[in-house]
Amino acid sequence: MRSRLRLVAELAGPLAIVAAVAAFGSTMSIAQQGNVTNILVTATIVVALYVFTGNSGVMSFGQISFVAVGAFAAGILTSPTFTRQTNMPSLFKFLSTTKISSFDSLLLGAGLGALFALLVGVVLLRLSGLSAGIATFAVLEITYDALSYWDKIGPGVMPVVLVPVTTSLAVGALGLGAAIVVAFAYQRTRSCRLLRATREDAVAAQGIGISVFHHRLVAFTISGAIAGFAGALFVHELGSVSTGQVYIDLTFATLAMLVVGGTGSLWGAVLGGIVLGVLESFLSNAENGVAIGSLHVTLPNGLSVVIVGVIMVVVLIFAPKGISGNHEFLERFLSKKPAKAGVEPESISKVTNEESPEISSSSRPTS
Amino acid sequence: MSWIGHLVNAVSLGVVYGLVAVSVGLVFGVLRQVNLAQGEVIALGAYSLWMTRDLPVFARIIICIAVCVAMSLVIQVIIFRPLRGASALTTLIVTFGLSYALEGVWTIVFGTNGQPVSMLSSLNQVVVGGNVGLRWITLIELGVGGIFFAVLVLVLYGSKIGVMMRATAEDFRTARLVGVRIDRVVTLAFVFGGVSAAMVAILFTVQTPLVTPTLGFNLITLGLVGTVLGGIDRLGRATAGGFVVGFVNSILGAVVPQELLVFLPMLTFMFVIVVLVLRPAGLFTPKGSNLERV
Repeated sequence: MRSRLRLVAELAGPLAIVAAVAAFGSTMSIAQQGNVTNILVTATIVVALYVFTGNSGVMSFGQISFVAVGAFAAGILTSPTFTRQTNMPSLFKFLSTTKISSFDSLLLGAGLGALFALLVGVVLLRLSGLSAGIATFAVLEITYDALSYWDKIGPGVMPVVLVPVTTSLAVGALGLGAAIVVAFAYQRTRSCRLLRATREDAVAAQGIGISVFHHRLVAFTISGAIAGFAGALFVHELGSVSTGQVYIDLTFATLAMLVVGGTGSLWGAVLGGIVLGVLESFLSNAENGVAIGSLHVTLPNGLSVVIVGVIMVVVLIFAPKGISGNHEFLERFLSKKPAKAGVEPESISKVTNEESPEISSSSRPTS
Repeated sequence: MSWIGHLVNAVSLGVVYGLVAVSVGLVFGVLRQVNLAQGEVIALGAYSLWMTRDLPVFARIIICIAVCVAMSLVIQVIIFRPLRGASALTTLIVTFGLSYALEGVWTIVFGTNGQPVSMLSSLNQVVVGGNVGLRWITLIELGVGGIFFAVLVLVLYGSKIGVMMRATAEDFRTARLVGVRIDRVVTLAFVFGGVSAAMVAILFTVQTPLVTPTLGFNLITLGLVGTVLGGIDRLGRATAGGFVVGFVNSILGAVVPQELLVFLPMLTFMFVIVVLVLRPAGLFTPKGSNLERV
């Protein structure tokens, strides 16, 4: 009974906070609603990041490439064909003539994100730790470079414009809700449990016959699908997209959200996305000038990045499990007894400590 | 320019990235941790050159080195001491956050458009003209880089603290057990890291005089990529990896046709992926020691 209740809370908690944010946002002005939608879409990307990094313990700096592919595909194929022919004359034929609806483009984004992730994953997922981090970063750089300059698949250095703005507050909330449901359903699968076993101890997991590569690939592909889907939501929220918007800044922002929320739980990913999203949105408003009481304050440009960066550093040093403590919603209250230390998901610093001095030094080659 | 000229330029960029790799490799060797914020040490060093633009060259160099060493040590105390024993990836993410925050600080303090550093620009004059196009700065880079590396090797292999350092790199726990003062060793690694950052700041700004907030991050990403490519485990290999990345990048820039030059980062990072997939432990690490592969 209690375990079932815990399961319900695990899904209902994140969904409830999304509903609360959406309900709160709907009372605001139209301009403010745009900010809230942005927070929800960004949180969707954080959920995508969590599905891979949280469950596998492998850090990826490349997930924003899947967001970029989803955003550009959805943006180009839903923009009016005549603007495509003038703005992007050298586009591939099928890209310049095909026109799809906004809803279809969300599915297309998810599909392309999954496909791209699968291709990247097959090549890269045998790597772990630092090499995996560098290799996924390389994927981000390659995607950015290709989308920025290859004018057969996109507008080159120009942004994609005149994309229908269909991601309203409600659509954003539904999109994030859908991503949460997918992440939750995946967490219930055998594959994900095996993946979590490899995260806790890769050697032991392999010893009992678990294929690390196989289960990582599954998580990476699902993560890519959610990321591509979020990218499509993103382009329909803004009505345009340029490559700079889906590059290192977004990678940093979403990574900070995941880390601050707590890498090891879905609740943490959603919470981190929303809490830091609200903070960032407030700060970037303040960079354009904001009235606090009778005081008119304009923060210097760039301060929001400094504050978010410092928060991330402080959280990682003093509370590496993030604000969720790596627990799911109400997990601690609904457990029969206090969760045992070995059972609960641990922080990323524990998860991937195969390279810490104590452990790896003994197995190093002596040349 | 002839191919000799391209080679000379490539060597010059290779030395810069080799120096970046030294500072990353030193810290990794001792702590098994990654310091991405090293790039911001370089950036601060470069900004210090701009701030001291009215002083004589000699004083500017001294101040630059002092600033870099000081900042390197501050990072060690506030970031790396609390994170002692954390994984390489955790420190990578923490210092990624720190780099980003510092980039914001540079934007606020020094502006988005960058500041010119016109120190020692006379070194850009050619020594051997014609097809070769050898400039003084290339010779100085080679000299400075060579001397620094020689000093490093002398310290590592010829002094007591160097032996301690190598012992720590070999086996952190046992070294501590037999009485190696870990804190001193770590401090020394960060001091060397600061000095090499200062040299990068000085040498790089002679060729590229504009200091922008993203300078440090750009240098360190490619430098770190080189370090991992070469084999982050060993200082020599890491340095060679940094050199290779700078060298290859420069050669590709010269060989690739002008209209395709925009795809240079793509080529460089594809090269990175190919190497990482085929030789995950590094280009110069002997086969059979692929620790990180599953």
